Amino acid sequence: MSVEPLLLTLVFGPLVGATLAGLFGRRLGDLVSMSVTTGLLFLSCGLAWDVFCGFWAGHSHPVTVEILPFINVGDFHSAWSIRLDTLSAVMLIVVTTVSALVHLYSWGYMADDPSKPRFFAYLSLFTFAMLMLVTAADFMQLFFGWEGVGLASYLLIGFWFKKDSASSAAIKAFVVNRVGDFGFALGIMTVFWMFHTIRFAELFPLIAAKQNATWSFIGQDWSALDLAGFLLFIGAMGKSAQFFLHTWLPDAMEGPTPVSALIHAATMVTAGVYMVCLLSPLYEHAPVARSIITVIGAITALFAATVGLAQNDIKRVIAYSTCSQLGYMFFAAGVGAYQAAMFHLFTHAFFKALLFLGAGSVIHGMHHEQDMRKMGAVGKFLPITYAVMVIGTIAITGLGIPIKGMEIGFAGFFSKDTILGAAYAAGEHSPYGYFAFCIGVFAAGLTAYYSWRLIFMTFNGTAKWGEHADHGHDAHAHDDHAHAHDDHGHDHGHGAFKPHESPVVMLIPLFVLAAGAIAAGFVFAPSFVGEHREAFWQGAIFTAKSNEVLEKIESLPSWVGYLPLIVSVLGAVVAIYFYLLREGLAKRIADNDGPLHRFLYNKWYFDELYQAVFVNGAKALGDLFWKGGDQKIIDGLGPNGFAWLAGFAGRQLGRIQSGLVYHYAFVMLLGVAGLLSYALWAFAH
Amino acid sequence: MGLDSALTIAQPELLLAAAALGLLVVGAYSGRLAMTLVSWGAMLALGAAAVLAANGPLGQAFKGAFVSDGASVFAKVIIYAASGVAIFLGERWLVRAGNAKFEYPVLVLLAALGMGMMVSAGDLISLYIGIELQSLALYVLCAFQRDDARASEAGLKYFVLGALSSGLLLYGASLIYGFAGSTRFADIAGAVHGPASMGIVFGLVFLICGLAFKVSAAPFHMWTPDVYEGAPTPVTALLSAAPKVAAMVLFARVLAQAFPHDVPQWSQVVTAIALISVTVGALGGLVQKNLKRLLAYSSIANIGYALLGLASGSEAGLQAMLMFMVLYVIDVTGFFACLLALSRGGKPMETLPSLAGLVRLRPGLAIAITILSLSVLGLPPLSGFWAKFYVFKAAVSTPGMEPAAVYGLVMSVAAAFYYLRIIKTMWFDAPEGETDAPPLDARLVALGCAAFSFPLVIPALAVLDPLALAAAKAFGLA
Repeated sequence: MSVEPLLLTLVFGPLVGATLAGLFGRRLGDLVSMSVTTGLLFLSCGLAWDVFCGFWAGHSHPVTVEILPFINVGDFHSAWSIRLDTLSAVMLIVVTTVSALVHLYSWGYMADDPSKPRFFAYLSLFTFAMLMLVTAADFMQLFFGWEGVGLASYLLIGFWFKKDSASSAAIKAFVVNRVGDFGFALGIMTVFWMFHTIRFAELFPLIAAKQNATWSFIGQDWSALDLAGFLLFIGAMGKSAQFFLHTWLPDAMEGPTPVSALIHAATMVTAGVYMVCLLSPLYEHAPVARSIITVIGAITALFAATVGLAQNDIKRVIAYSTCSQLGYMFFAAGVGAYQAAMFHLFTHAFFKALLFLGAGSVIHGMHHEQDMRKMGAVGKFLPITYAVMVIGTIAITGLGIPIKGMEIGFAGFFSKDTILGAAYAAGEHSPYGYFAFCIGVFAAGLTAYYSWRLIFMTFNGTAKWGEHADHGHDAHAHDDHAHAHDDHGHDHGHGAFKPHESPVVMLIPLFVLAAGAIAAGFVFAPSFVGEHREAFWQGAIFTAKSNEVLEKIESLPSWVGYLPLIVSVLGAVVAIYFYLLREGLAKRIADNDGPLHRFLYNKWYFDELYQAVFVNGAKALGDLFWKGGDQKIIDGLGPNGFAWLAGFAGRQLGRIQSGLVYHYAFVMLLGVAGLLSYALWAFAH
Repeated sequence: MGLDSALTIAQPELLLAAAALGLLVVGAYSGRLAMTLVSWGAMLALGAAAVLAANGPLGQAFKGAFVSDGASVFAKVIIYAASGVAIFLGERWLVRAGNAKFEYPVLVLLAALGMGMMVSAGDLISLYIGIELQSLALYVLCAFQRDDARASEAGLKYFVLGALSSGLLLYGASLIYGFAGSTRFADIAGAVHGPASMGIVFGLVFLICGLAFKVSAAPFHMWTPDVYEGAPTPVTALLSAAPKVAAMVLFARVLAQAFPHDVPQWSQVVTAIALISVTVGALGGLVQKNLKRLLAYSSIANIGYALLGLASGSEAGLQAMLMFMVLYVIDVTGFFACLLALSRGGKPMETLPSLAGLVRLRPGLAIAITILSLSVLGLPPLSGFWAKFYVFKAAVSTPGMEPAAVYGLVMSVAAAFYYLRIIKTMWFDAPEGETDAPPLDARLVALGCAAFSFPLVIPALAVLDPLALAAAKAFGLA
């Protein structure tokens, strides 16, 4: 069977679902809309696994299917196409699997929402855009998908648009992403300016020849490849919420939890990592840009982990954790271990989606309570959720036994240790490697602490939700959308409140993801980063001859493998001490409100800084141009000035129009005299 | 050329003269029926004259003093039609005003006769006779409501200033005759070659000034707002339409046929008058509250645009001028018909505030006024847009005229304000009270003109364009 119809179904199935549910959702009804979108997604998912298994087993080969021409202007050629190689196949399964599970999960989570067809249409639309992004064969389609997921993200964050905080979070996400997209667009233009093509297949072979191309700016020559790489990375920073452009991601948690799991954990935010890996032929020749990626990634990993320590909203903790893990992926790519970055992306998708959906299950069971300070002892009531959340936490903290040759551990163990090992190996050539390694190890400890803290605060200890009779009102004030949930809440009554386990449709995705979080590591590690990697990637990721970080991992001293384990166990022990053995101690520390806690709790004051510098600055600049430039100068001298002048002249003319005949005659004679003078002058010339 | 053929060429005017005299007698003896009878007789005569003019032989009569050519035929059809409409509108109006004197149609007939002679004038003498015949009839018409002080004042003012302008014109004509040795346009053209002598320049400028008064171009426009406001509205409707066409065609004929070698020179003088008119018309109208005064300023501005076409001094420019006049005459007639149709408690609604909320009271008329306003404003694809389009196209394709064209465009933006204010008042302000039922005659004309402005103008352009071009060729400029 030809691969073409299969791929078309895979990519365009979600679009069909989105169109049907989006345009005809009201007519089709909730059930049909949900069934169609979910069914098509599972179909896509099945096809994606089929495709991926072909690559995994090694009997599929890269292929590009051109569907339609898009833009043909001068040298600028772009086509709608589906590029299939190992890289895009990995992304295909990540996207479709998580998306399909999230679709299913939403049956339960969104059961009481009045606009289900719209929700499912947005989810499917997002999936389609993401598939376009990962299958792009040129920058134009990549950009299309890039903007498409941005749009879907905006729509889904603001899904409960009646809630002010959701609307502003959606706008914030969109605006911050514009900053990144601006850099991304400039990067694409730089690539086109240098190579006169934006097709990856034509572009990549040309790059090596341009290694030394320079670009003159402010009297200095800059490497043009580094410039292109840096600009494109700015786009990745926006999409993947890296340091400086990260502020939108925590706020994006205003969206429904399934959305957070799909978009803001597993797929869209990893688009930046995917792009950097896809452009490995470029970044291999852009050492400066790669150093920047390494540093930014490492700083993000540390920054987000520290902020995660002090957050109390269950979803925000996971959001900062995502941000931090994305930092890991970026510095992995930055030190040249693209395969490790992709591997971590892959495993992270499972355990992070699991954590989010588990958190969603808790929120669902707690009647839309998100504050961990008002939870505790929930584990008794949600045993299944508790179990899978623990699995996810073990996976993210990278617990495992790093004995060479017989590593045992959950998914995160394999990918994270590979990354840290690669960073250490890269340290031989550049200080940035060691820098990333040190930060990575330290952040691993923090990760363990805040991840276990989340588990203990939520599931263990004493119940704090009984003391607060007003929790229900709080929750509803927090979630204005939840008019449908009111009924739901009243069933249990506010007095006799009891958390409850989620329905089966929500638990099935948790089981599947838990299986992934356990097994994805040791099953796929040999292919992604191990001995089979050459055969597996089939050249989809380019590594220069001098780049041997992955080879060197084998020969690293064994303490490099044990150190992360020790650190994360330490983090876990501290969490146990604070939240299990001496419960209440952490609360007292937080209530003391020391400067460090305040600094972390307020997310390093980034929002305040941006508010002061960019928002207020832009406002002041806008006021200057609007009130000073536009109203006073342009309007004053332009439209209003002329209007005043015309009115003034009209009134003067009216005064001459006295009604007296001799005045009129006088004007006529003046006219004769004037015209005569003018005519004498005109005739003489 | 024999007298027979000369009389054949002058057939339409002879018919009008005979009809005017005959209808005077009929009116004197037909008692209470006089007004109706004489009015319909006059309209019949104007219709017949238009038909005769359209089908009559072309050529020169009375040794070139009377010319019948494409231009004169084109102008006569419009003039007679517009005069007929003025009688149609005026008859019922005067009856309702209690002033049903049958002299009204006769005077319009005589004015039309004068206009017919103006457009056929090939000689300074016949030029003057035509102008005076037309003017005298119009002076009387302005003061037709003898009991109305404002009407009498208007008539008197018009007469006094008209006499002054006639003096200027005659002085200019005599200078030209003195320096060129002939009163015939063709002979003057033969005598004036190369750089014009000082005397010719003086004569030409005085002549231009006299004619500028007749078309109410600035700075000879001062009479216009007062006379428009004071004169009975049907007379104002006539004043703003037919005489303007006649005077413009005469203007063009004198300049093109008597001074064909001095086009760049007179073009500059006419451009100056055109731009002053456009400015005065646009700015003066901004502060007007009385609709008739507003339309007076509007007509000053629009004559400015017509003069811009003439100032282009080319065949295309003259064609543009003729197209402009036709389309403008229809718009302005429609406008005045709307004013004639509107009254409240027996009193005409002549001020801007009185139109408030008209769309709720008289939607048909309000829409007609809206269309006509937008048309005069120059909004595509209404007729006024095409009128301005022709003029500006001719102006920008004449070397050296581009700045003038741009200036005219800018001023048309300023003038747009008062047309838009009319629309705003009608559509968005609260009405002041019920209006009287509009009379059928005025309403018919109003709606007909509005329908012509849009959408009938689109097919009509296809017919008018070649006719105007043929008429413009008759002036003999390249």
